[in-house]
Amino acid sequence: MSSNVITVPVGQTEARPWVDELHQWLTTVDHKRLGILYIVSALLFLVIGGVEALIIRIQLMHSHNNFVSPEVFNRMFTMHGTTMIFFVAMPVLFGFANYLVPLMIGARDMAFPRLNAFSFWLSFLGGLLLYFSFVGGSGLYGAGSAPDVGWWSYAPLGARAFSPGHSSDYWTLALLVSGFGSIGTAINIIATILSLRCPGMKLNRMPLLVWLNLVMAGMVLLAITPLSAAQIMLLIDRYLGGHFFDTQAGGSAVLWMHFFWIFGHPEVYILIIPCFAFMSEIIPVFSRKPIFGYPVMVAATVCIAFVSMSVWAHHMFTIGMNSYANSFFTLTTMAVGVPTGIKIFNWIGTMWGGRIQFKTPMLFSIGFLFQFLIAGLTGIMMAASPFDWQLSLSYFVVAHFHYVIVGGILFALFAAFYYWYPKMTGRMLSEKLGKWHFWLFLIGFHLTFDLMHIPGILGMPRRIYTYEPGRGWDTLNLLITIGAFIQAIAILVFVANLILSYFEGAEAGNDPWDAWTLEWSTSSPPPAYNFAMVPTVASRRPLWDQKHPEDPDSRYE
Amino acid sequence: MFWSARSLWAAAPDGSSVHGTNIFSPASTPAKSIADLSVFVLAITGIIFVVVFALLIYSVVKFRERAMHAGREPAQVYGSMQIELAWTVIPILIVVVLFLATARVIHAVQDAPEPASALDVIAIGHQYWWEFRYPKLGIVTANELHIPLSDPSHPTPTFLQLLSADTDHSFWVPELAGKTDLIPNHPNRMWMDPRRTGVFVGQCAQYCGTQHAKMLLRVSVDGPEDFASWVRAQQKPAVEDAGVIAGRRVFERNACMNCHAAGGTPADGRFGPDLTHLMSRATIAAGAAENTHDNLRLWIQNPSAIKPGSLMPAMKLSDADLDAVVSYMETLH
Repeated sequence: MSSNVITVPVGQTEARPWVDELHQWLTTVDHKRLGILYIVSALLFLVIGGVEALIIRIQLMHSHNNFVSPEVFNRMFTMHGTTMIFFVAMPVLFGFANYLVPLMIGARDMAFPRLNAFSFWLSFLGGLLLYFSFVGGSGLYGAGSAPDVGWWSYAPLGARAFSPGHSSDYWTLALLVSGFGSIGTAINIIATILSLRCPGMKLNRMPLLVWLNLVMAGMVLLAITPLSAAQIMLLIDRYLGGHFFDTQAGGSAVLWMHFFWIFGHPEVYILIIPCFAFMSEIIPVFSRKPIFGYPVMVAATVCIAFVSMSVWAHHMFTIGMNSYANSFFTLTTMAVGVPTGIKIFNWIGTMWGGRIQFKTPMLFSIGFLFQFLIAGLTGIMMAASPFDWQLSLSYFVVAHFHYVIVGGILFALFAAFYYWYPKMTGRMLSEKLGKWHFWLFLIGFHLTFDLMHIPGILGMPRRIYTYEPGRGWDTLNLLITIGAFIQAIAILVFVANLILSYFEGAEAGNDPWDAWTLEWSTSSPPPAYNFAMVPTVASRRPLWDQKHPEDPDSRYE
Repeated sequence: MFWSARSLWAAAPDGSSVHGTNIFSPASTPAKSIADLSVFVLAITGIIFVVVFALLIYSVVKFRERAMHAGREPAQVYGSMQIELAWTVIPILIVVVLFLATARVIHAVQDAPEPASALDVIAIGHQYWWEFRYPKLGIVTANELHIPLSDPSHPTPTFLQLLSADTDHSFWVPELAGKTDLIPNHPNRMWMDPRRTGVFVGQCAQYCGTQHAKMLLRVSVDGPEDFASWVRAQQKPAVEDAGVIAGRRVFERNACMNCHAAGGTPADGRFGPDLTHLMSRATIAAGAAENTHDNLRLWIQNPSAIKPGSLMPAMKLSDADLDAVVSYMETLH
């Protein structure tokens, strides 16, 4: 690589009137701005979904609580789940992918910039459509209501007989619209990675983040399409007299379950694989070593992608499948633990013999490893289908998937925020607030979700707005609620850090972490065109080669 | 609130013990097989946790950056195929062991043949209550399932056929068996052979609508004599008490009979519970309240006071009619 640091042309930094600035953001096709839009919109929905979670937790903090009515409670858990999966987790990960993939492969933008903008606005407007149900859910007669069918909207609860009015239509349309956005982004990511890599960036030299996002995008194409198909079928049922899922007319409730989970389980991996990607970039840099077993990490990811397409019915162990089907899905679900375990071992292998720096991104990464390990092991428990006949639909499963989504995905995301925020804004996030954020969130997380396994074992089903006293659930639920509030405080610290550091953070410079991938070779934030000269790479760590000409990686390839 | 009585879970009306909902204190073969497998899986995952957690802590502590390293990079190691092979093969072996142990239990629980001595019960999930029909005994009841104790030397297991009248539900009494869903157009089956008497509690586990939370379940496991006398009592025709004829008229003239059945009257609705032997049940409203005079009166007057979102409408009866119909209900032993 010949040129490294690129000077930002002076004309770029001039202040513009805010209307101009807003117009620029609304009409942008720049992958970096769209990435930031994705991330900011996801943070907005994160706060909304978080408030819904707190309402749920206040209601459950003791038995026979009357904080909200059952109707409101049911809307809250439906909206919380739908929001967090479709309008927080997916957009924020697409945002990082959008921002980082072109920079990491030395490209100037995504392959289809306009499709990129179109996809973002579809996803975002899908979210607004979902929330419009609070206003327009019951149609013209005033009082609106949100969907209350659960985020799976199991048939026949979503049929018109059981969900009159339009609240669940907003749910359906929101998922359909944002689903098209997701498909567009997935196509874009795949095309970008396959066709816009800079000279020398062979597939086996791509940063793992790029590899993993390629796999993720492929999975989006396979997983979102059945969901979209199912939503269209549901609309046909509700408005055109179809009977796909209408059990009162001979339709099949189980068919909906299959459609939903053949999306729903790969979805978990769609969310976690980009987080594996963050880990595979952050852990090496703060251990000062290259990723251990790069080809094995790629192979394990592809393996997870394939196997995870055949595990969906482990969400359906209680629906009365026969013993052969239950055995098959037990086996595939346990099998997916093998490549996942390999990844954890490789991250530990990366840290092994390194010089680990405990900056905030690394703290969150270590938190991720610890919690993802536990989430994986509780996953193995529920893969044993008889064990799942007890645990499924209980608070144990709620604890398990929050361990994956909060303990895994959210911790990895926080690591990514602390790691790439300097690149996106040119300012460092405060390490001091970062450590407050980390420890508060860690304590709150474990208080909430460690304890949440126990009511499940004691027979507490999920999605109940109240429960009887004297069943051993009260104290646990109170502690779980306290933990939720500690997490909320930590999130406030995080948001404060994001805002304060934007104005007052230390200057980041191009490469604050002494890292090795191409995004750190350009300025922070990068100019619209990313690189003045398209870089050329000769190894997996182009900046290492540059910083260590005496011992470049390229010598070993 | 008076219906939130702790005693609902603490003691059964006949003084027999009420069991909790801990999946690790099984009282029947399916629940026991599951609990045993669960302990085995917990042990294996526990060992994995200890090993990996120790490796993680060791590497975090041992390989932290120290002052003496300042400015120097550690040895750049790219990987090792031998090590990768080791941590691929060992997990595969663990998966094989876990799978075989699990498959045995799946087969043992799901494919158990139904002995001739088994009791057949049809359980039908409704929003938000349970209908139980004993086709060979001619009994129809609601919310409180009575089944016989199963003696290992002369097993009398109960086989449930699970149906749904509306949305999805799930039958979960953790100490007797794992849960199985009740899905419209998709009949399911489950069984249990309880080894202890008493009342086992549980509830609907699959979200079924507004009042999913108060779709509670009580399974009364009776000794042979108790079960036989319960069956005889349920098979008797409805009590006809001339003293409450006024209340019976109220029942027959109002919408009650559109949804409920009651022996000795023309009422044969199936949308709500069969009331023929209402007073043999300890609770009303699918376990949401004790079956007392006050609760019954409140329930008929305004179900939402006990169970907001319940499909039973408020009957808006005059006080006189209300008292009369409650008196009539209280004769339905």
